[in-house]
Amino acid sequence: MLMLIGVFRRPTKTSVLKELILKEVDDLVIGSIGITAFISLFMGAVVALQTALNLDNPLIPKSLIGFATRQSIILEFAPTFISVIMAGKVGSYITSSIGTMRVTEQIDALEVMGINSLNYLVYPKIIALLFYPFLIAIIMFVGIFGGFMASVYGNLVSLEDFVIGLQDTFIPWHIAYAFIKTMVFGILLATIPSYHGYYMKGGALEVGKAATTSFVWTCVAIIIANYILTQILLTS
Amino acid sequence: MIEIKNLHKGFNGEKILKGIDATFEKGKTNMIIGASGSGKSVFLKNMLGLFEPDKGDIIYSGESLIEMNIDRKSELRKEMGMLFQHSALFDSMTVEENIMFPLRMFTRMKLTERRERANEILNRVNLINLNHKRPSEISGGQQKRVALGRAIANNPNYLFCDEPNSGLDPKTATVIDQLIQEITHERDITTVIISHDMNSVMEIGETIVFLKDGMIAWKGSNKEIFKTDNEAVTDFVYSSDLFKKVRVAQNQGL
Repeated sequence: MLMLIGVFRRPTKTSVLKELILKEVDDLVIGSIGITAFISLFMGAVVALQTALNLDNPLIPKSLIGFATRQSIILEFAPTFISVIMAGKVGSYITSSIGTMRVTEQIDALEVMGINSLNYLVYPKIIALLFYPFLIAIIMFVGIFGGFMASVYGNLVSLEDFVIGLQDTFIPWHIAYAFIKTMVFGILLATIPSYHGYYMKGGALEVGKAATTSFVWTCVAIIIANYILTQILLTS
Repeated sequence: MIEIKNLHKGFNGEKILKGIDATFEKGKTNMIIGASGSGKSVFLKNMLGLFEPDKGDIIYSGESLIEMNIDRKSELRKEMGMLFQHSALFDSMTVEENIMFPLRMFTRMKLTERRERANEILNRVNLINLNHKRPSEISGGQQKRVALGRAIANNPNYLFCDEPNSGLDPKTATVIDQLIQEITHERDITTVIISHDMNSVMEIGETIVFLKDGMIAWKGSNKEIFKTDNEAVTDFVYSSDLFKKVRVAQNQGL
């Protein structure tokens, strides 16, 4: 909490901040599209395959494959599972880059110059990760596309049945729920690793340890937040 | 000018600084010397405001650092330049960007003006054609000179150097020392240097503060340090083989 107060105090020059935010959007969000899309494509395919392979009852329509793919990708896989992967990819990058700056006195150098190092280093990351829902929107699309490819081209279901399943009992609130979760996870992904990097003590070895600790705590926070948000947003 | 009054600082119940009084004069290279663990770096970090003293005061040109609010402290820091022991260059930036960084943050200079100033500084610290190199691509001595360039880019009134020539060969160390002294005299700024390198002390120690166990054990200049009878100082100075031989030669009248 104290860190967050520090982040929003004494802001850095606007022109510098703009540039830093764009750089962080590129590093943290755009730079993650490739790996997350790859994972999503195959996870979508596996979800569709598993659903199809477990459909033994002839009374259950084949369109369920499209329905199950859509629901699992939108509700849990894209926002939560990808956020856990991002805790490893982006979270450890944030912790190790800030931690290395701490170890090599670069943060002290910023402070001595009269720059609020928390604002300079952490604020752009928080703003950049507010663009995280855009990444998740792509992931949702790619995941469902993966399911479509696997089930339709794998002759598990017809194109028509898959599309019927995709459109079946569609609740727009589920998309809003997924993006609200994503926004919260984005803030967790920016702040927890930053905290572990900024306040770390020691040398190069401790940078590695801090990155691991930050990954663990970010995952824990995401999983708990996921439960609380689901309870609040879907059960009320 | 920087005045230090009765400065105390400790960590976890262990007292590191035990009542330091000192004055660092403008236009002079003021050195803080002492063995490892004597409290030099803690002293410097207190002066920079990176640590909060437990007791005492640090006065910058009549203004107490302790009583300053965070905004005023931030303004004061814009008047400071710091050369860190391990350079602390921003490794995501090139040499030129490192030097332009304080200009970008605190002035309204255009990019071409900033580039011009960076080139002027690189020339001043005898570094040319390194503008687009990253800190990891240049030597330790070059990194120190870039860090010095960054420290003086915004024309600071106070220049702090933490062991500016540690890990450098004697020739490069002398170049760094001379640069610091020239800049101090040219710009009439207050320079505070932490060192335990006796060559530096001899070369540029216009005023010297000797720290031992968190207290000032001796004050003087490079002209006086070899004449003092203070046991702590002589132990420190003549711990080097070279200076031991100089003393023997002096005693023998050679």
